[in-house]
Amino acid sequence: MVWRRVFRTLTEGPATERAAPIADAATQALVAQLDAAAQVRLGRSLSIRHLDAGSCNGCELEIHALNNIVYDLERFGLRFVASPRHADVLLVTGPLSRNLREALVQTWQATPDPKWVVAMGDCAVDGGVFKGSYAIDGTGTGGIAAGVPVDLKIPGCPPAPAAILIALRTLIEANVGGRDG
Amino acid sequence: MTGPATQIILRGTEEACRPWTRRTLTREDWTALVAALPAQPALALVALWADTAQAHALFMDEASGDILPVSTAIVDGGYPALSPVRPAAAWLERMVRDLWGHTAQGGTDDRPWLDHGRWPHTHPNAIRPGPMGPPPEPPEFLPVTGEDLHQVAVGPIHAGIIEPGHFRFTAQGETVVRLEIRLGYTHKGTLSLMRSKSPRAAARFAARLSGDSTVAHAIAFARATEAALAVEAPARANGLRGVMAEIERIANHLGDVGAICNDASFAFALARFGFHREAMLRAANAAFGHRLMMDAVVPGGVAGDIAPGGAEAILAAIAGVEAELPELTRVYENYSSLTDRVVGTGAISRTLADRFAAGGYVGRAAGRTGDARLHPGYAPYPDLVVVVPSLAEGDVDARVRIRLAEITESIRLLRILLEDLPAGALSVVLPMLSGEGIGCAEGFRGDIWHWLRLDNGQIASVFMRDPSWAQWPLLEAAIEGNIIADFPICNKSFNCSYSGVDL
Repeated sequence: MVWRRVFRTLTEGPATERAAPIADAATQALVAQLDAAAQVRLGRSLSIRHLDAGSCNGCELEIHALNNIVYDLERFGLRFVASPRHADVLLVTGPLSRNLREALVQTWQATPDPKWVVAMGDCAVDGGVFKGSYAIDGTGTGGIAAGVPVDLKIPGCPPAPAAILIALRTLIEANVGGRDG
Repeated sequence: MTGPATQIILRGTEEACRPWTRRTLTREDWTALVAALPAQPALALVALWADTAQAHALFMDEASGDILPVSTAIVDGGYPALSPVRPAAAWLERMVRDLWGHTAQGGTDDRPWLDHGRWPHTHPNAIRPGPMGPPPEPPEFLPVTGEDLHQVAVGPIHAGIIEPGHFRFTAQGETVVRLEIRLGYTHKGTLSLMRSKSPRAAARFAARLSGDSTVAHAIAFARATEAALAVEAPARANGLRGVMAEIERIANHLGDVGAICNDASFAFALARFGFHREAMLRAANAAFGHRLMMDAVVPGGVAGDIAPGGAEAILAAIAGVEAELPELTRVYENYSSLTDRVVGTGAISRTLADRFAAGGYVGRAAGRTGDARLHPGYAPYPDLVVVVPSLAEGDVDARVRIRLAEITESIRLLRILLEDLPAGALSVVLPMLSGEGIGCAEGFRGDIWHWLRLDNGQIASVFMRDPSWAQWPLLEAAIEGNIIADFPICNKSFNCSYSGVDL
């Protein structure tokens, strides 16, 4: 049994896929954003706290996929943590339901500075299809920016894991690039 | 023989609702129905909802198979409550009061549910919504009395990648005495947003009621629309809907079985089941252009044909699952540390499952046998002879085993569906007519029911009932007497939808 598995691993290779290249222009744009915000650089390892601000749970499925052996998020220095107090990045999904607004703001306040907020999915970006609902805090551009300042947006309904991974790695590169440069 | 409650329902005024006639009862008859329900336990309450003028209930007679939608006019701002005789009605009555303002008179629980006092106005679906409610108060929880009790409050934001909800545990030492769940945090006003839209536009909201069941909800919504307009989706569309629904079922079962094992710190299963789930989603993407197949089912048919090479991608993915599933099942069964966590944990009785008319793996793991693909049945399933597994234990292990059995069955169905895909059109044009319809579909969690009324091609009123309405209260019961540390594994084995019931 063991030998069969060893043989299969040797012939087929690991299930984890090679990382796709990330666009330099996107990194540079984020670096500029960092400089403008005088954001302290966080380095090559980011702890992420996920927060659902009213999603349909589609985005959560794709975040879970990041942890599977095909995408293997942790090899890039990214990992999900259980408390906002341990987090560098808040990864927020959902259109910001009014019933969750206070919890989002409290979570943001509990996250130590410096911190990043990533709006993931069309709902978090601008409210998506739920724009205009009485149950959504649609202040300003809508989405979670109505409750907390947003640094990076990942559109999609839901965004594919590959797209989420590229966005999060761009965040790392921007952090590192900014410090070196 | 017709039961006493059914006889009262059949006395009602017939309304044009397809495919099941809806009956409007006088207030006296509705009150008589409430009184007669205890004598007919097989008449299961499937859903309870409202519009501005009436309260509606959907019953299924589990003895005869009859499906009975029934309504009564709102008088003095309310209707006689069903919750004293059908406990599953309690959350639904609270939802109806919060959204439409109709009071369940004599109900068992009148605390707010979806309305946390944070919307700009109360009763958003009423003709005239009320003024903004009082400022948010701490929610009121059911009292618990006894010695040495303490409370543990969890949420709305949880430590994992999961939807928000509040769990209030009352424990004696490690043992849970009572769990009370408070939801509503993901309420998006979906029903209100769907009104005045065409079915095609509103289908995007049905597809986003619960993302993991996007295909099943889209099918139920499409079938309700087609019933209301008396049109039928083409045979090829029904075949493709079946393909998508079975992919969704397999992918969700794979993901959840892995995650349940991971909650017992058995990461190997998560890795392997997660790998196969990813393969299924990629096949879905190759075949239908979206990993979760969102918006691929539309009222009238399907949005597009299966892509060239799509069938091959699906067949390759299910072949991969099939090749490893026996070994993974063996691993699941042979690790005593895993067995120790899942067997006997979070058990519910058949009696309780029956009382809530629980569908899906929650009901079938506790001895129930219902499956919407068989009854009432809908295309393409009547030709396929779906085999529905059922176990008696009602615990976490039984729910896992039901899911494993359903994966194998869905693989069989997928092969047949792909081989026998009918040729022809993908959708029919929807007439701009008025009508009322009910549609159902079996999602991976259980039976989904959608009701809608169209007014000249636009949605006048709609309700979508996720299976979780019947399963969340059972989770509260399942954890009783277990230790708090076993809650995550119990919760994952139910995997109820938050968004699905938050609307």
